[in-house]
Amino acid sequence: MVVSTQPDQSGKGAQQVIEVEEIAVRFCGDSGDGMQLAGTQMTNTSAVFGNDVSTFPDYPSEIRAPLGTLAGVSGFQLNFGSHRLRTPGDQVNALIAMNPAALRANVADLEHGGVLIVNSDAFTQTNLDKAGYTENPLDGDGLNAFKLYKVPVDTLNAEACAGSGLSGRAVARCKNFFALGLSYWLYGRPMDPTLNWIEGKFGTKPAVADTNAKALKAGYYYGETAEIFTHRYVVAPAKIAPGKYRKVSGNEATALGLIAAARLAKKTLFYGTYPITPASDILHDLSRHKNYDVRTFQAEDEIAAMTSVVGAAFAGAFAATGTSGPGLALKSEAIGLAVMTELPMVIVNVQRGGPSTGMPTKTEQSDLLQSLCGRHGEAPLCILAAATPADCFAMSIEAFRIAVEFMTPVILLTDGYLANGAEPWRIPDVASLPKFDIKHPTTGDDFKPYLRNEKLARQWVLPGTKGLEHRVGGLEKRDVTGEVCYEPENHHRMVELRQQKIAGIADTLPPLEVLGDESGKLLVVGWGSTYGAITTAVERCRKKGLPVSSVHLRYIDPLQKELGGILERYEQVLVPEMNRGQLVSVLRNHFLRDVTGFYKVQGKPFLIKEIEAKIEEMLNGKES
Amino acid sequence: MTTDAAQAKLTPRDFASTQDVRWCPGCGDYSILAQTKKVLANVGIPREKVVFVSGIGCSSRFPYYVSTYGFHGVHGRALSTATGIRVSRPDLSVWVTTGDGDALSIGGNHLIHAIRRNVDINVLLFNNRIYGLTKGQYSPTSPPGKRTKSTPQGVIDFPLHPLSVAIGAEATFVARAVDVNVKHLAHVLERAARHKGTSFVEIYQNCAIFNEGAFEYATGKDTKEDTTLYLEHNHPLIFGKHRNKGIRLAGMDPEVVTLEGDVAEDDLLFHDETQAEPSLAYLLSRMHYPEFPEPMGVFRCVERPTYEDLLMEQINGAVEKQGEGDLKDLFEAGDTWVVE
Repeated sequence: MVVSTQPDQSGKGAQQVIEVEEIAVRFCGDSGDGMQLAGTQMTNTSAVFGNDVSTFPDYPSEIRAPLGTLAGVSGFQLNFGSHRLRTPGDQVNALIAMNPAALRANVADLEHGGVLIVNSDAFTQTNLDKAGYTENPLDGDGLNAFKLYKVPVDTLNAEACAGSGLSGRAVARCKNFFALGLSYWLYGRPMDPTLNWIEGKFGTKPAVADTNAKALKAGYYYGETAEIFTHRYVVAPAKIAPGKYRKVSGNEATALGLIAAARLAKKTLFYGTYPITPASDILHDLSRHKNYDVRTFQAEDEIAAMTSVVGAAFAGAFAATGTSGPGLALKSEAIGLAVMTELPMVIVNVQRGGPSTGMPTKTEQSDLLQSLCGRHGEAPLCILAAATPADCFAMSIEAFRIAVEFMTPVILLTDGYLANGAEPWRIPDVASLPKFDIKHPTTGDDFKPYLRNEKLARQWVLPGTKGLEHRVGGLEKRDVTGEVCYEPENHHRMVELRQQKIAGIADTLPPLEVLGDESGKLLVVGWGSTYGAITTAVERCRKKGLPVSSVHLRYIDPLQKELGGILERYEQVLVPEMNRGQLVSVLRNHFLRDVTGFYKVQGKPFLIKEIEAKIEEMLNGKES
Repeated sequence: MTTDAAQAKLTPRDFASTQDVRWCPGCGDYSILAQTKKVLANVGIPREKVVFVSGIGCSSRFPYYVSTYGFHGVHGRALSTATGIRVSRPDLSVWVTTGDGDALSIGGNHLIHAIRRNVDINVLLFNNRIYGLTKGQYSPTSPPGKRTKSTPQGVIDFPLHPLSVAIGAEATFVARAVDVNVKHLAHVLERAARHKGTSFVEIYQNCAIFNEGAFEYATGKDTKEDTTLYLEHNHPLIFGKHRNKGIRLAGMDPEVVTLEGDVAEDDLLFHDETQAEPSLAYLLSRMHYPEFPEPMGVFRCVERPTYEDLLMEQINGAVEKQGEGDLKDLFEAGDTWVVE
C-alpha cells in the first residue's frame, strides 16, 4: 500500500524510500534457525517504535525435524502498521527464507512483487534435494514475480563474526541476527531495542553478546552499503490510545487473567492440567508465578487434571484447567460432575485441528459443539470465547466472575491462533479491574447445600467451616436440601433449575454491539478468533460503500439477549467459522433463522480478503 | 495431620451422619465405618476439618455416612479429586474410601501417581474381590478361575495384588487389615491417620451377596491363625495356632519353618517397617494363601516429604525471594512502551 515515495534522506544510497501503511514480514527457516526469536525481536522493536503489531508463529509439531526438510520449516509472521491492525496480514510483503525448504513452503504466500530475501549459501544440492527442488529456483526465472535478493548470509555472517573466539557452529547460530539486521535496515527500524536485549540476555557471556551484536549490525550495514536494494520502506507510528503497553500472546494473556482474577478475589489459584499443545504455555507461565499463590499441578492425565480442579473448587480455591480438544473430551465426565455439584471453575480450551490428534499446532474452531453438548445428561454450563490475544485476559477474568457468581463451571474457548498470536496490550490500571466480592457462609443452623439465591446459585461453603459440614456428589440431589434423591418430579425440577441458572447469566452480560448500520442487507456474525479478519473485512467493505454490518460473539452460552432482535433486522446473515458450521447450527436451532455458513478448515485463520470476497459475493446475489 | 487435644472430645457417635446406611446386611463395610468413626474420635481431628472423598462403588457411599465434609465423585477418580482438595487446603484431613474396582481398575493410574507424590491422604481400599454395585462381575483382584456373572467359565485375567502395587509405587505407608478383626482394624486405621503422606490400607472386606466367604480362610475361627500373620515392628515373623511357625529367608525367597530343633526365633525374618528400601515389604506382599500365611498390619512406614509440603515450600520461597505477588508488577513485566 504505497502512500508516497521520497528520495532517501540518508544520502548513503540510491534507494527509493517508500512510505507504506502496513507491512507483513515472514521469517522462515529450519526449526533450529532462530526464526521465532528474530520475529519476536522485530515485533518488539516495531511496537516500541510506535507501530501497531500483530503476529503469528507457524512452527512444526516435531521438536527438531530433520535439517533442511519441509517438515522442519518454522516461520514467524509479523504485521506492523501505522493504523489499527487486527490480523498478522493476509499476504506476506517480504519473505526472508533461510533455506530451500523454507522458500518452498512459504513462497506461495508472498505477494506479487514482494520482497524475497534468500540465504543463497543454503541453496546447496543437498538442501535442494531435501526440499524437493529438481532445479535451483534461484537460477531460473521462476521467482521473477518477486524482488529477489540473493544474500550469502552464511558467508557474510561468518566474515562479520570472525575473530569472536566462538566456534563455527556458535557463529552460524547468529545468522538469524544477520537476517534481522538486514530487515531492520530495509524497514527503517532502530537497532537499539535488540542490542539492549542482547546485552541483557548474554551479558554474562561477553563473547556471545558481542558476536550476536556484530551479526545484527553486519546485516544492517550490508543493506546500507551493498547497493543491491532498490527500495527501502518506512511505516510511520500508529495513532494508538495513550497508555503503557506490552505485547501479549493469547496464552500469556490467559495466564495473566487467571492470576488476576484469583488475586482480585484474594484466593489461591489452583491450576490442574496435563500438558497438551497448544495449551501448555499457560501452565508454563503460571508455574513461574508461585509468589502469587499460584499452585500448579501437572496431573497424570486429563481426567486427573479435571477431577483435581473439581476437588480444588470444593475446597474453596479459584480452580482452573487448560486443555485442547482431545483433552476436553477426556475431561467431559468430570465436567458433568462439576455441573451436578454446582462448583465454580474455569476450563480453558485452546482449540486445535481435530478430530483425534489431528493437527496439534494448527488452529481450528471445531470444539464449539463439544463444549456445548459434549457431556452426558442435561449438563448446561457457561461458554465464553475470546476474540483476540489480549481479550484472553479480559475473558479469563470474566469467566471467573460468572463461575463464582453463578456457581458453575465455565468453558473459555480460545484457539491456536489466539494462543500463539500476539498483539499490544494496554496495561490496565489494577483499580479499574472487576471487583470480586465472595461471601462464604460461616454459620447457619440447618444448612441446606442446594438452597439457591435470586440468581439460582447455591452457596459456596469452605470445608473447615464448623457447623456447615455437608456431603455433595454426582448423584441427583433433592432440591434445596441436597440429599440424594431419585424422585421423578425432583429430577425434572433440578434439570430445569440447572438450565435456568445458566440462562440467567444473560442478565449480567454487556450488550451486544453492532459494527455498522443497525439493519440492512447483510450481517456477518462471528465468534472467537475470527474477530480480526471479519471486522477488518467489514470495515473495508463499508469503506467501499457496501451495506454490511457485523456482530461478534464472545458469549456462546448463554447468548447475549440482543442477538435474536439483531438477526431479524438483516436480509441475509453470513457466519464465517473455522469449522463446518457449528455456530450456524446453534443460531438456526436457537432462532429458527436461516443463516449462511462460510467454512474454512485448513488449520489456518481466515484471510481478510476471503471474507471480503464472500461479502461481495453475497451482496451481488451470487450463490456460493 | 493436625490433632487438637484441647478440642472437646468427640465420640464415634458424633461422626455419624443423619443418612440411613444402605449397605446389604452382613456387608463388611459396616465394620469399617464403625472403626473409622472410632479412630476419628480417638485422633481428635475436628469434624469440620475432615473430608471424605470417594469414587463409585459400594465403598464409595461411605462419605454419606459420616458427619464430616464429603465428596462423592466419579468412578476411579477419588484420588485426584482428593489431591486437588489437599493441595488447595493442606489444613484439611483428607480420606479416600475406594474399592478394588474403583482403585485398581478404572482408577489404577491415579492410585500409583497419588502414591508416588506422597500426597497426605488416607486411602482405605475395601477389597472384596468382586464388583458389588454392578452386581457380581469379577474385579482386578478376583482369583483366576473364579466364576462370576461375566466369567461363567472362570476368570482368565491374572489378578493385581493391591499392596504389591502400592509398594511398587513406593508408598510411604502400607498396611493390611481384615473387616472382622475390629480391634486390629482400628489400630491400623489409627496408624494410617497419624502417618504424614499417603497412607494405603487394604481391608479384606466380605461381600455377603456376591462373594460370600472370599476371606473365610483368613477370618474363620479354626483357620485364621494359620493363614494370617500379624506383623510387629522389630519382631520375628511368627504365626500359627501354637505360635510355633515362622517365616525364614532362603536366599531371596521366604519359606515357612517350624520353630523346633535347630530353628530358633533368631533365624526368622525380623519385621522392620521403617526400612527405606521397599524390597522386603514387597516380598511380604507377595505371600499369599495357601502357600503362605498372609501378613496383616503395617508393612511399611517411612518418612518422605509430602507433595503439598514441597509445593508450599516453593510458594513460600517464591514469596520470600520475590515478595508477595503484586498485579501491577505482573502486568508490567518484560518489555513495555508508553504511547503518549
